[in-house]
Parts: sequence; structure tokens; C-alpha cells
Amino acid sequence: MTDSTSGGRLFDKVWQRHLVASPDGEPPLLYIDLHLVHEVTSPQAFEGLDLAGRTVRRPDLTVATMDHDVPTLNPLGPITDPLAAEQMARLSKNCETHGITLYPLGSAEQGVVHVIGPQLGLTQPGMTVVCGDSHTSTHGAFGALAFGIGTTEVEHVLATQTLRQSKPQAMAVTVDGELPAGVTAKDLVLGIIAEIGTGGGTGSVIEYRGEAVRGLDMEGRMTVCNMSIEAGARAGMIAPDEVTFAFLEGRPHSPQGAAWERALDDWRSLVTDPGAAFDREVRIDAASLRPVVTWGTNPAQSVSIDGVVPDPASFGTPAQQQAAQRALEYMGLAPGTAVRDIAIDTVFIGSCTNGRLADLRAAAGVLKGRKVSPGVRAIVVPGSARVKADAEAEGLDDVFRAAGFEWRSAGCSMCLGMNGDILAPRERSASTSNRNFEGRQGPGGRTHLVSPAMAAATAVTGRFAVPGDLERPRGGSPDARARANTEGGR
Amino acid sequence: MRAVQLVRGRAVVIDRRDIDTDQIIPAAWLKRVERTGFGAGLFEAWRADPGFALNQPGAAGAKVLIGGANFGCGSSREHAVWALQDFGFEAVVAPSFADIFRGNSIGAGLVTAEADEEGVAGLIAAVAADPDAEVVVDVAGRTVSAAGFSTPFAIGDYARWRLLEGLDDIGVTLRHGDAIAAFERTRPSWLPVSGTSAHARF
Repeated sequence: MTDSTSGGRLFDKVWQRHLVASPDGEPPLLYIDLHLVHEVTSPQAFEGLDLAGRTVRRPDLTVATMDHDVPTLNPLGPITDPLAAEQMARLSKNCETHGITLYPLGSAEQGVVHVIGPQLGLTQPGMTVVCGDSHTSTHGAFGALAFGIGTTEVEHVLATQTLRQSKPQAMAVTVDGELPAGVTAKDLVLGIIAEIGTGGGTGSVIEYRGEAVRGLDMEGRMTVCNMSIEAGARAGMIAPDEVTFAFLEGRPHSPQGAAWERALDDWRSLVTDPGAAFDREVRIDAASLRPVVTWGTNPAQSVSIDGVVPDPASFGTPAQQQAAQRALEYMGLAPGTAVRDIAIDTVFIGSCTNGRLADLRAAAGVLKGRKVSPGVRAIVVPGSARVKADAEAEGLDDVFRAAGFEWRSAGCSMCLGMNGDILAPRERSASTSNRNFEGRQGPGGRTHLVSPAMAAATAVTGRFAVPGDLERPRGGSPDARARANTEGGR
Repeated sequence: MRAVQLVRGRAVVIDRRDIDTDQIIPAAWLKRVERTGFGAGLFEAWRADPGFALNQPGAAGAKVLIGGANFGCGSSREHAVWALQDFGFEAVVAPSFADIFRGNSIGAGLVTAEADEEGVAGLIAAVAADPDAEVVVDVAGRTVSAAGFSTPFAIGDYARWRLLEGLDDIGVTLRHGDAIAAFERTRPSWLPVSGTSAHARF
């Protein structure tokens, strides 16, 4: 165990530099460098602030956008949902009243809050970032300390630019070795969650370490940190390195000139020192990881694409057996079914987990020259208006459309189904989002979490598939594949 | 926030682990801009099952919810806490709570009583034997008891103090206004500020 005075860990370094006060008998007061705000978890906070006659302490450290319930079809038309329209109107009014920068629907910078922060360069190493959304952990990919908060805390940050936080424990998840071919950042984080469990990170900040993590690009690192909350962690962090700095250089809010050099000097110190101990350490061998699909109703319930739906009796405790049984009943799956035999109705590519340009490129790379299986509904929802514009500049929209995907506008969309983009009861999805909870994508809907590449391959076959499956006859052995190739050449 | 010293009332048991906030209050309800009126949406999907605990006659008027480990996982939506309170719950007892849910609960005045697995099982047995048993959650004494059974629960000192005093957290923090202002003078100058980005396109 490490006592609270030990420095040397990335988390401690960032924590320490934001301590405003540590009063006796109260949790420490932490300064917040960036407060991201959206339409759904903020109206009650602004109302509380106004009723108490308080003001926003640092509107210049507060940035708002609209994402959770925005329409992704015809976003510039009239908002047909009056409740969503009211929330967006409230956010506009609150931002105007309090002088907060807002990227509203229609703005070139509108998008999922965790996509636009990094994209604008607002998220930087060593910062504290909060938002009334649990996937704020995404920003930890830059070596920031970033966590989701509730509406009462949103009000607290608006009023004071600080947050009261008991100091979490520091946990290390080290992934040794290189990821096998075809294993993505999404598979990596689902593998981690399966290993430590839905509550395995509770009370902790996880630092992701090791060769496999260092080998990820920033988009992949964001995917990993994004899902820290699905293991119960307060936050996830990855130490910044040259990959981080290359991503940040030249972004609209990144430091420039001499300030960039000063920042770089500082950011390079944001690493866990050799020999520093963690409160808990988990090691995972990257070679053991496979492309995975969730089969149940929490993100820890996943299985390899090569596997079968597990038998509830195979779980260790009666509580786990009962949970698995219930999950299978909800999901309409029988134990022993091969994952590749499960047919899906809908494919959703998007969300703060996998809605960035790299994710869309990965999916489009699989779809080029191919068609969505007849009867499958397939939609792409870019994570931000800028992701959408950048993808269009590369022609990705043409690839998706030609394959039979709908090309939508930015928002959270079917990840949580607030805006009308939902599954029908018993409809089954392959989704690049983050939660497969009961009803998450619509009452009665059945969600399977996958990577963008697997979502694309699955759209083509109509059943769970990895891109490699599209290259050969289904179920074919390498020998059969070789024969098929030879025959094809005659 | 109203002070909470003691919660007394009937209990409802939902003996499942990983009860996520999407179950407690589905996303469709999050479009409301008030803090009230969420009770009708509490566990909306599960309430479609007539056998579900909240559909039993004794559930109306119950003050204590007993749940499984990792209660309140998932989305940070504080609406989950408001929904529980709007239905009438004043305390939740579980073997463990998700961090954000616990913070939201304390902020809104809902008691989160973390008892060990054995203690929760004992309570569930006591309530099963007598569904009308009065369950008492004693915040000051950190115990929860029912029908002669009693178990201690864990709650942080500060959280307990806030519940007992009904404190306005912002008011407490604003006492440190000078420290906040002093801290702000030390922040590195390169840190980003909204609305002043280097590119003209904003």
C-alpha cells in the first residue's frame, strides 16, 4: 500500500497541483480547469444558482454544447420534441445570462461533449476536467484528471470552480506486449473490464500503462479511458507522450510559440516515476486479448468473437449465475450459441466511445466496396460536426452511403436513445457505444457492444463478424480458403 | 438541503447487483428541467412486471430501499436520486455503491448506507419475515435495524455531517473564497480559456 503522501504517480502529481485547501474534517477542495456543460444535466444546476443569487465564477473556464438529445436527422430544422427543444432553449439562455461559450446545434464545433473538448485542444495534460456526464473519464487519455459529476456538483463547480473530492486510490492496469492483429482499443478496454469487473475500479483512478497502451493513438486512448467508468473507476488516465503532444500541437486552444515550449516542459514531467507503488495493480497480457462482443447486460459480460454464449452454470457464485441467467433472458440468447451465429437488426457507429474520425475511418475501411446485409438498419453518427466535415472531406460519407448506411449529424443519438434514435423492443444491435444495460438504446432493446471495425463487418454479414471473416467463405479453414482462391482464379 | 438524522419506515428489497441508473430512471425522463416529478419514472421498465417489488402493496410509502452491490452504477444522472426521493425513499442500503451515485445522493440528501454483504442479507431476511417491519436507518449512530436485527453501516464523516446538518455545500466552500482566489493567481498562463482560441474560425 502507498500512503497518501507518496508522490511519484501521475495521478498524485495532477491531484497535488489542484489542491486549493484541505480543511480539517472536510474533503479536499480541488480546482477545476475545465467545466464542460451540456443541455441535460445542467438546467437544474443553473436554476439553483439563480435562486441562490449566485453567479458563475469562471465562465471563461466553462464551455457548453448540445449533444444528448439533439436530432441527428435534419438538425437545422424545427426541433419536433418539445421537451428537448425546451432543454436546448434553457441552455442557450443560461449560457447567454452567465457569459458562457456555447457551441449550439448548427455550430461548426457542436458535438458530443467528450469529442469536442479534445478536438478543440481544450483538454490538455495535467488539467482537471469535469462534466455532468460519467464518460468525462475520456479526457484522461491526455494525462488529465477527468471525472463525471452530478447536477448538484455541476452547480458547485459553476459557483466556486472547485469540487470537494475525497482522494481516490490509485490503481494501475498494465497491458504488456503488443495487441494481436485485429484487436482494437475497444476490445482492449472490454477485456480490462471483464478482468476487473463492473465495480473493480470503484473508489480508484486507473492509470493505464504498458506497451499495448503506449502503442495506441489518441483516439484509441480516449476509447480506453472513456470506459473506465464501466469498471466503476472515478477516472482513467494515460501519461502524456509524443503521441499526445503531436495530437495537441496546433489545435485551436493549444498553447502557441513560447507557451507551447513551456507547456511541453511541464507535460513531460507528468509520468509515474519508476518504482512508484500503486494501491492496486492488475497486469494483462495483450496476447490474450481477442476481438470481443458483449453478450449480457453489463459491459463486463463479453466473449471472444470465436466463442459461444456462456452457460450461466459456468459462473462461480450463485449471484453471478443468477445475473447471467437474467441477462440471457433479457438478451434472448441461448447458452452455447456461437457468437458468429447471432443475427443483428441494427448497427450503430458513433458515441463518445467510438465516434471520432479514426473510428469512422476504421469502419469505412471495412465497408469500402461492400454492402450492408439486406434487412439490417445501419447508421453512422459522427461524434461532432467537425468529425462529420472532416470525414466528408475524405469521402468517408460516400463509402458509408454506398454500403447502405445512413449518414447522420453529430450527437449522442442511439448510445442512450434520448433523441428518438432508439431500438424497438427485442431489436438487436451491434453498437460501438459504451453501455449494454437493459433498455439503454430503447425499452426492450438488446445491445451488443463492439468495435467500429467489427460493427462494420457485422453490418455486412448480418451476424457478428470481424473484418477477416469477409475475406473468406464463412467457416472456411485456411485450406478451404486457399482452394477457394485457386478456384476463383480459374 | 433538509437535515436527515433518522429514517424510519418500511423497506423494499431489490436483490440484484449492478442496478444501474438507466434502470432507476430511463433516459427518456431526463428531458425534464425540474428536480421534481421523477417518481413515476422510477424503475419504469421493471415496473411493467406485476411481480416487481415496487408493485407490491407495501411499496407505497416505503422509506428504505435495499439493493445489491455496486448500486447506482453507470450514468452520472442525479435524476436517479431525485426519482428515488420523489417516490418516497429517504435511504438506500446496499453492500456497495457506485462513486458518482453516492456523491449525488449525499448532495441531494438521500442516505447511502453501505452495510457488508452479511448485514444486507440479514436485513433482507428480517424484511422477508415481516414485510411491514419498521426499518430504522440511524445516520448519527451508523446503524440500520429491523425487527430486532441490527447491522452497522459505513458512511464518510463529511457525508454524515452534511446529512445531519443539512448543509449547503456551496456555502461551506465559499468560506474558502480567499484560498480559491489565491490559487487562481498561481495557475500557468498557457491553460486554455474559452472564447479566446488562436483560430479565427470561432
